[in-house]
Amino acid sequence: MKEEYIITAYTENHIGMLNRITIIFTRRKVNIESLTVSESAIKGISKFTIVVHSTAEQAEKIVKQIEKQVEVLKAFYHNNDEMIYQEIALYKVSTKALTAGNKIETLVRKHNARILEITDEYTVIEKTGHNDETQEFFDELNEFKVMQFIRSGRVAITRSPIERLSQFLAERDSMLA
Amino acid sequence: MAEKITGSEALIRSLIEEGVETIFGYPGGAIMPVYDALYHHREKLKHVLTRHEQGAVHAAQGYSRATGKVGVCFATSGPGATNLLTGIADAMIDSTPLVCVTGQVASPLLGTDAFQESDIVGMSMPVTKWNFQITSADEIPEVMAKAFYIAHSGRPGPVLIDFAKDAQFAEIDFEYHKCNNIRSYVPYRPIDNSQVEAAANAINNAKKPFLFFGQGVVLSQAENELKELVEKAGIPAAWTLLGNSALPSNHPLNVGMLGMHGNYGPNLLTNECDIIIAIGMRFDDRVTGNLSKYAKQAEIIHIEVDPAEIGKIVNTKFPVVGDAKKVLRKLNPLIAKNEHPEWVAKFKACYDIEYKKVIERDIYRNNGKISMGEVVRMVSEKTEGNAICVTDVGQHQMIAARYFKFNQTKSVVTSGGLGTMGFGLPAAVGAQFGRPDRTVVTFIGDGGFQMTMQELGTIAQEKIPVKIVILNNNFLGMVRQWQELFFESRYSFTELKGPDFVHLSGAYGIPAKRVEKGAELEAAIAEMIDTDGPYLLEVKVEKEDNVFPMVATGASVSEIMLEAPTKK
Ligand SMILES: Cc1ncc(C[n+]2csc(CCOP(=O)(O)OP(=O)(O)O)c2C)c(N)n1
Repeated sequence: MKEEYIITAYTENHIGMLNRITIIFTRRKVNIESLTVSESAIKGISKFTIVVHSTAEQAEKIVKQIEKQVEVLKAFYHNNDEMIYQEIALYKVSTKALTAGNKIETLVRKHNARILEITDEYTVIEKTGHNDETQEFFDELNEFKVMQFIRSGRVAITRSPIERLSQFLAERDSMLA
Repeated sequence: MAEKITGSEALIRSLIEEGVETIFGYPGGAIMPVYDALYHHREKLKHVLTRHEQGAVHAAQGYSRATGKVGVCFATSGPGATNLLTGIADAMIDSTPLVCVTGQVASPLLGTDAFQESDIVGMSMPVTKWNFQITSADEIPEVMAKAFYIAHSGRPGPVLIDFAKDAQFAEIDFEYHKCNNIRSYVPYRPIDNSQVEAAANAINNAKKPFLFFGQGVVLSQAENELKELVEKAGIPAAWTLLGNSALPSNHPLNVGMLGMHGNYGPNLLTNECDIIIAIGMRFDDRVTGNLSKYAKQAEIIHIEVDPAEIGKIVNTKFPVVGDAKKVLRKLNPLIAKNEHPEWVAKFKACYDIEYKKVIERDIYRNNGKISMGEVVRMVSEKTEGNAICVTDVGQHQMIAARYFKFNQTKSVVTSGGLGTMGFGLPAAVGAQFGRPDRTVVTFIGDGGFQMTMQELGTIAQEKIPVKIVILNNNFLGMVRQWQELFFESRYSFTELKGPDFVHLSGAYGIPAKRVEKGAELEAAIAEMIDTDGPYLLEVKVEKEDNVFPMVATGASVSEIMLEAPTKK
């Protein structure tokens, strides 16, 4: 059964890593729904968070192929229930629409969004949440014409208490034996 | 003590530090400083000028496959580098350790569409185990040490190092340390003893165990351990195309080849065994046929160094992750001495059927015409199973795999996973440089020969004693066979006319002969083998012979055909 999986990979922060990772998906014709890359808690190690629609079997095979890359330290896959995750979205509306009544303000409160910047012309609103939440806010806000909209890739953190990368690095020395 | 040298010199010294003796390559603008540095070390480092970069990389592959060492090749930027790609892809899928060094435009020109700039790092990414672009000379020693370590450790594979021209000129303090550790890379995981014990238990309790071995056995030098396991547990053992020669052909428990044109018994009985012990192989679709009808009754033990291979194709009840030799050293002591005479007899019975229906006619034609199998048998007999057999791709490749006999390991050099026509001749060059002490024979179709025949120039210039056998059927034989069987004999563009191969060979100064009659074959083969130096033998074989047995695409291994289905 296909569902959403979050694939995470810890890699050396080297040139070309993004390419090496993404071709693994391309070759198997698995579309990347969202992708976030940034430095992890450990200096010099990047963390990739990749969202795909796939079967568990496919996700597992992809993770093995990712781990096979020389500069990948460790990779995992999880379904949505196993992780806490967020995306961030920015919305631009005209300041006129904002000041014309209190409806936008009500929406901002209801959706737990916040206003980042107000100029004479436009107002930028930020909301974090799951895709369906940022989408719902968009749909409601669009009554006042959203001038621009952008949503980030996903960031996610496991529910388990340990940082598995540090665990991997600790275990690694014994693996070299 | 560090000493100041140029980047190019540093590259050459790195190769010497890694014990490299032979390089196959082709120069050009962007790699000229490296060639200049090489000039000063030409006594120590043998460079072989091939006639095409594809030849250089296939030669490096042949060298590696025949010796177990890392193959090294050089090419210039742009077209030189892209010409390597086929061989790199071939090495990737066949797990051949290579270090390929390509020249690159100077770093300030990168990304400007400079003359002969190509993004070889990007292009080779899907087909390399690792690649790296050196833009600063300081990087050289560490990167080269990593390149060799990555290429040969774990599951081996090709590494490409792209070397910007300004870094070739720049000076550095050279100090070399071999690499044996990269924090993100775990080539060998510690062997899980419980996995080994579970596997041993399963083997000890099996009634009809069947062992499959692949190139992993050769790459980890586990031939003795394999033999010990096979003999101790009394298990019939079959090989994949690349596992061939890891167990002597005449070993009583060697039951032959798996897969599409493999032997009858190994295919049929795959669906009858109770346990499969797969060692260093990857269940390629040419081995398994239709997966939904593949070994469903069997429990599978998979011993494999690459964890990504386990469970990739077949469900594995007993995975054992690890280097074949190390695993077998732990496994063998846990194996109870055993025999399975009735089970083994089934293979013999299948062989007898196959012999009558296929083999006899293949290797003894006796009608004045010549079959490929007959040629292969005679060359094998004449060289007493001691030759290195290099093949190209097609019918002759399957025939060579089926009928050439081997006494020792690392004797088969063939393009398995990629099936690269044009591989044979240059790979034979490499194999002969790797093993000057052994007879190297290469069987090539008239189609594949015409893809890389310019390497006759290399053979002639280097005076290496490669024995070239062209099995000429004036067809792209394997494709023609499929057209006959599956496309109602519509021979769409598979008939081809070659040059006069004897004249061609003569033009290079390589002695040659053409044989068209069965009666002349044996003497011609003897002359070829007994001639000092290279020799080309063109054998006109039956034009429309087919290779059987055959597991057709989509068919199950138990539906293996011994002859063409009768036409309606
Ligand atoms: C580079 C490349 N192109 C095409 C093919 C497809 N192909 C596989 S076997 C074959 C025919 C080979 O003919 P030949 O070299 O004459 O050998 P034969 O089968 O007759 O022994 C072809 C075209 C291939 N394997 N490699």
